[in-house]
Amino acid sequence: MSEIRFTDVHHAFGERVVLDGVNLTLTENRIGIIGANGSGKSTLARMINGLVQPTSGSVTFDGLDVAKHGKQVRRQVGFIFTDPDNQIVMPTVGEDIAFTLRRTGLSKSEIADRVTEMLDRFGLAGHREHPAHLLSGGQKQLLALASVMVGRPSMLVADEPTTLLDARNARMITQVLTSLEQQVVVVTHQLDVLTDFDRVVVIEDGRVAADDIPAVAISRYLDLLELPR
Amino acid sequence: MIGLYLPGNSILHRTPAGLKLLLLAVGVFVVVWLKQPWQIGIALVVTAGLYAVAGIGRRAALSQLAPLRWIIPLLLVFQIILSNWQHALMTTGSLVINVALAALITLTTKVTAILDVAQRLLRPLRRFGVDPDRVGLMLALTIRCIPMVAGIVREVSEARKARGITGIRGSMMALAAPAVVRALRSADAMGEALTARGVDD
Repeated sequence: MSEIRFTDVHHAFGERVVLDGVNLTLTENRIGIIGANGSGKSTLARMINGLVQPTSGSVTFDGLDVAKHGKQVRRQVGFIFTDPDNQIVMPTVGEDIAFTLRRTGLSKSEIADRVTEMLDRFGLAGHREHPAHLLSGGQKQLLALASVMVGRPSMLVADEPTTLLDARNARMITQVLTSLEQQVVVVTHQLDVLTDFDRVVVIEDGRVAADDIPAVAISRYLDLLELPR
Repeated sequence: MIGLYLPGNSILHRTPAGLKLLLLAVGVFVVVWLKQPWQIGIALVVTAGLYAVAGIGRRAALSQLAPLRWIIPLLLVFQIILSNWQHALMTTGSLVINVALAALITLTTKVTAILDVAQRLLRPLRRFGVDPDRVGLMLALTIRCIPMVAGIVREVSEARKARGITGIRGSMMALAAPAVVRALRSADAMGEALTARGVDD
């Protein structure tokens, strides 16, 4: 497993403090990050592959400083966003998956084979020539996932990947995410997803409020929200 | 281009994109230089034949000309008033044929193939600091963003109606301001996603 280390990480947007002294070392296979809206959990997730830099402190991925080696880290850490529409670049499904493999030195036939593999794996076979923007919400998220996984990252970070989906598609995406062989970090509001995870981190007002096995961390989170367990 | 590509295995689908674009340029040049209405008639038949060879149905073919449905009658009337019916027929016929030919390229060519051609053509400009890959990506994003912006405008328009905002001035402000803000936010999010996908590598 890869190791993500946050050392005294602070981050602020102007005067608004988003993360306030976060220290974490994440090495587990399945890691959940939960917290209320605006708690800083998405910012924390974006720091793993350098999309957001800490105002102070450091984030390392397998010893590499993400601020200095962002490109190298991003080749190993795939990222799935809440809205797949922002992640889809090319007009058709096949072209979008292939887009990830440009400048990799692979031949056209190798790229075609890898695209076919992803289409089959993520249930998009038959949609290769289909306009990407006409897919359903669930299919778009599957496409976003396929487009990331075709690059064979060692870790996947997903920021609320099911928020915009209906219950059936949310369940499908969750099943796909949890079945991946890669190390997975999921930011979510869907607490039931985290039951089988190895570790859950609760972020509250930019700080780590709880960091434990799912049952304990979720219980603490519900206490913070003053919701019944 | 925005997903208009119709998969197929016709000779037109298999012809390299560069050659198709070259033939399109030649075709447009020839059509513009036609002098007689009967020549336009032949060009129309040839164009229809090319659609048939590509295996594109009548409905899909006619939908390519739908954007011209207001321009053609106006152009026809103006040309008849200002010139004569032969000239009107020639002008409108040329326009229809050229649009149909260009649409045929779109229907039978993947965007990536067209971008590859654009990147190859731009390669000599590398010495002047032009990055063909960047230009290709920019073109791809432009094409991709058209349906995205259209979707934003549609959603904002629906929200505006749902809130009962009427009147041209208030209506336009209620449409433009949130649509621009949302488009800019989407652009930011897309930029972030592109970075995550290694576009800055």
